[in-house]
Amino acid sequence: MRYLPHTPADRRAMLAAIGVPSVDSLYRDVPASVPQKPRFDLPDHQSELAVERALTALAEKNVAAGAVPSFLGAGAYRHHVPAAVDHLIQRGEFLTSYTPYQPEVSQGTLQYLYEFQTLVADLFGMEIANASMYDGATATAEAALMARRVTRRNRIVLSGGLHPQYRDVTTTSFKHLEASVVALPPDPSGGERAVDAIDGETACVVVQYPDMFGRIADLTALASACHAKGALLVVAVSEVVALGLIEPPGAMGADIVAAEGRSLGNALNFGGPYLGLFATRERFVRQMPGRVVGETVDVDGRRGWVLTLSTREQHIRREKATSNICTNSGLCALAFTIHAALLGADGLARLAALNHAHAVRLAERLARIAGVRVVTEAFFNEFTVVLPKPAVPVVEALAARGVLGGVPLARLYPEVPSFADRLLVAATETNTEADMDRFAALLAEVLQ
Amino acid sequence: MTATGPGTTSGHRGLLFEEPLIFESGTEGRSGVDLPDPPAVADRLGGLRRRTALGWPGLSEPQVIRHFTRLSQKNYAIDAGLYPLGSCTMKHNPRLNEKLARLPGFADIHPLQPVSTVQGALALIDTLARWLKALTNMPAVAMSPAAGAHGELCGLMAIRAAQDARAAPRRKVLVPDSAHGTNPATAAMCGYTVEAVPLNARGRVDLAALRRALDGDTAAFMLTNPNTCGLFEDEILEQAAAIHDAGAFFYCDGANFNALVGRVRPGDLGIDCMHINLHKTFSTPHGGGGPGSGPVTLSAALAPFAPVPYVVHDANGFRLVETAGDAAAGLAPLGRLKGFHGQMGMFVRALAFMMSHGADGLLQASSDAVLNANYVLARLADRMSLPYDGPCMHEVLFDDAFLKDTGVTTLDFAKAMIDEGFHPMTMYFPLVVHGAFLIEPTESESKEGLDVFVATMRSLAERARSGDAAPFLAAPQFAPRRRLDETRAARQPVLRWRRSNHPGEAA
Repeated sequence: MRYLPHTPADRRAMLAAIGVPSVDSLYRDVPASVPQKPRFDLPDHQSELAVERALTALAEKNVAAGAVPSFLGAGAYRHHVPAAVDHLIQRGEFLTSYTPYQPEVSQGTLQYLYEFQTLVADLFGMEIANASMYDGATATAEAALMARRVTRRNRIVLSGGLHPQYRDVTTTSFKHLEASVVALPPDPSGGERAVDAIDGETACVVVQYPDMFGRIADLTALASACHAKGALLVVAVSEVVALGLIEPPGAMGADIVAAEGRSLGNALNFGGPYLGLFATRERFVRQMPGRVVGETVDVDGRRGWVLTLSTREQHIRREKATSNICTNSGLCALAFTIHAALLGADGLARLAALNHAHAVRLAERLARIAGVRVVTEAFFNEFTVVLPKPAVPVVEALAARGVLGGVPLARLYPEVPSFADRLLVAATETNTEADMDRFAALLAEVLQ
Repeated sequence: MTATGPGTTSGHRGLLFEEPLIFESGTEGRSGVDLPDPPAVADRLGGLRRRTALGWPGLSEPQVIRHFTRLSQKNYAIDAGLYPLGSCTMKHNPRLNEKLARLPGFADIHPLQPVSTVQGALALIDTLARWLKALTNMPAVAMSPAAGAHGELCGLMAIRAAQDARAAPRRKVLVPDSAHGTNPATAAMCGYTVEAVPLNARGRVDLAALRRALDGDTAAFMLTNPNTCGLFEDEILEQAAAIHDAGAFFYCDGANFNALVGRVRPGDLGIDCMHINLHKTFSTPHGGGGPGSGPVTLSAALAPFAPVPYVVHDANGFRLVETAGDAAAGLAPLGRLKGFHGQMGMFVRALAFMMSHGADGLLQASSDAVLNANYVLARLADRMSLPYDGPCMHEVLFDDAFLKDTGVTTLDFAKAMIDEGFHPMTMYFPLVVHGAFLIEPTESESKEGLDVFVATMRSLAERARSGDAAPFLAAPQFAPRRRLDETRAARQPVLRWRRSNHPGEAA
């Protein structure tokens, strides 16, 4: 077996040094009635070539989004990731290191996490950020949990514009706590009055920006309404590239920003691993979940970094910790950091402008198709259209013709019959004019 | 020579580079990405165009490559050497797995593509689930949890759902004194109170104390097996019987499954629920702290409560059940724990690892892991101090009794190991022994490598006991940084770069 270094002679010598006849005798504490070394209905070891062949065959049964014109979003947006990113994250010193518990030999990881925290806080117009969470959905749930701790209130209001999976993860997270989660009904029209749902017991309102349906709206008034009643405003972001072009939540009064950061540096990966981002105000730092890196000096006075404020965390505080999170998304955070470093402020602004322009042009094309209405007025790179037919079979028909033409809202909201004819469509810098022409032409054909 | 001298003009010393932050070396107006001019459109931003300045620095691609290459060189890694962190299972990460996870058919598929276009991905999840069920002899597995602690949350929520469905809610979870901190933290997130169960003099759960603690209000007992002292819980069948007699569930923290895989199936031990850290036992890279993946195996009693999403197979092929409303009759999903469908990128790597090893190779791997830990135990037992007798499983626990009156602590010893070119073991955990050294070599280490490690540890132990404390107290001297002031970091937190952090420095 190519990964195991011992020869039979090594094993014999080591058993002799231990003073036992066989490895089996090292398992003598296993109760005698428990079967050991059972026969498994599983194959034996295989060569690298054989494994590569088998898994490549499975991969080829999937339609890669990059192989066809693809307009899917709904929380996962396809972007071009510069080649340098994947090269760098595969350096063994990053890939095969552990959580930086020994800071003197982990300064590489600690320094990039400090850079990551700064980039994330700055992107959202917030003061501080942690060193990552699992994904946008779990980060949102953690933000609501944190709001409960900060305010000592037990009522969570979720906007109907929140991604339904973020909503469900948050609801599940509160299931066994003495708290109530009020989920406002999904409303693509933008008529929601979240302000009216805030009362004196409300810990936070969670609103998504841009929202699930692609809509962007000023959150300043909502933030003020929250603060007037002693509640926090939590803003969830599922497309961070948008922040290159639109006002950051921090500038509109957000207290916590929870986001999906995968768009930068990371692949679609069929939904995981993704990258949870978490940013907040400095005054709330001791209630923040997750690892955080801080600056300090070594005994020679040289600047360095360490994991810090660990008295919030499970390995110190145990059942009183701010969260149970331990492993996070370190390597995805590195990919984000490298991509962000490559882009810089100008590059991100340009990337965002490109996304928006493509989406606007796609919206114009689709709106010209008979029976198709674009119902999102203000958006970044994603918008909702109403079709003259149910969206699920339309998307299947498009897929059969070689276009991944958006996400039917019915897939994410099976409980809302009125969404059957609604399609969520995204465009990014990866979509060419020819892609958009093809999509529009095929959609018109399928709708006839 | 110490790490600080001799001084150089640049601050670098040969291959040891001092590297500024990107914010200090970047310049406005520069970018490492070329993008075309956006087509001219009338914007539809609703007046929300960004006005707030963005401080991301501008760097070219060569500057970025050099920056992160230099940062990487400040890290210890498995690729560089022995990384014996107990309970963390730092084993070799095969590069085949990286290559396969990057195939466009896995890496470049969108989670919400029509299921007809992702049949291979769903087949892979199903195949991995089959391996996990076979290796644990458990009937079901929830694949979506993102890491070990997230798996614990899934498992405890399934337990809570099962109990709430059949009787009055129970409010208490028992954990051993030696438990990972995630166990009590998770229990609290499920609304449980936590009660600790002590260990006996042999480093195992005190069975009599467990029996006393179990009552009609006990929801579950959370055990790590082998436990965090590196020992197999030899009364585990009696524990299981007592737990089940009390109407409680037996949760196993699978962090230490690497000792057992291919040899002992947790389902044969009376366990109802166990998370599996794919980033430990099945070698998906730790990546400096993640991402991980924590599938949870479930007994028949818990299986109906598994969260969405999950993969089902019917006449039309594979499909996903993504909402609780779509679940088959008789199932009562506990909810959703994660966006989309789980850590696909980790699934590919873990399955490649399993297929490469096969059932025979996984047995050999766990056998070698246990052999290596016992070899370290045997070779160090006369120089260091063992709180509990062996044999151990895949990790060996020492305490700091051998350092008594030397003026050297476990921390000092760990830092001296860094100067010797080794990553330290897990230290001060578990909490049940004083100054713990928890050493897990894994199956990836050769005998020659272990011999160098053992000789180094013996030499350090002898030096400490000879009264030569100075090099320990000064260690590390040969790392990119010497000891860092963690107290200052916590008391005056500086959690991000700001120009004002370092007035006068170039920016």
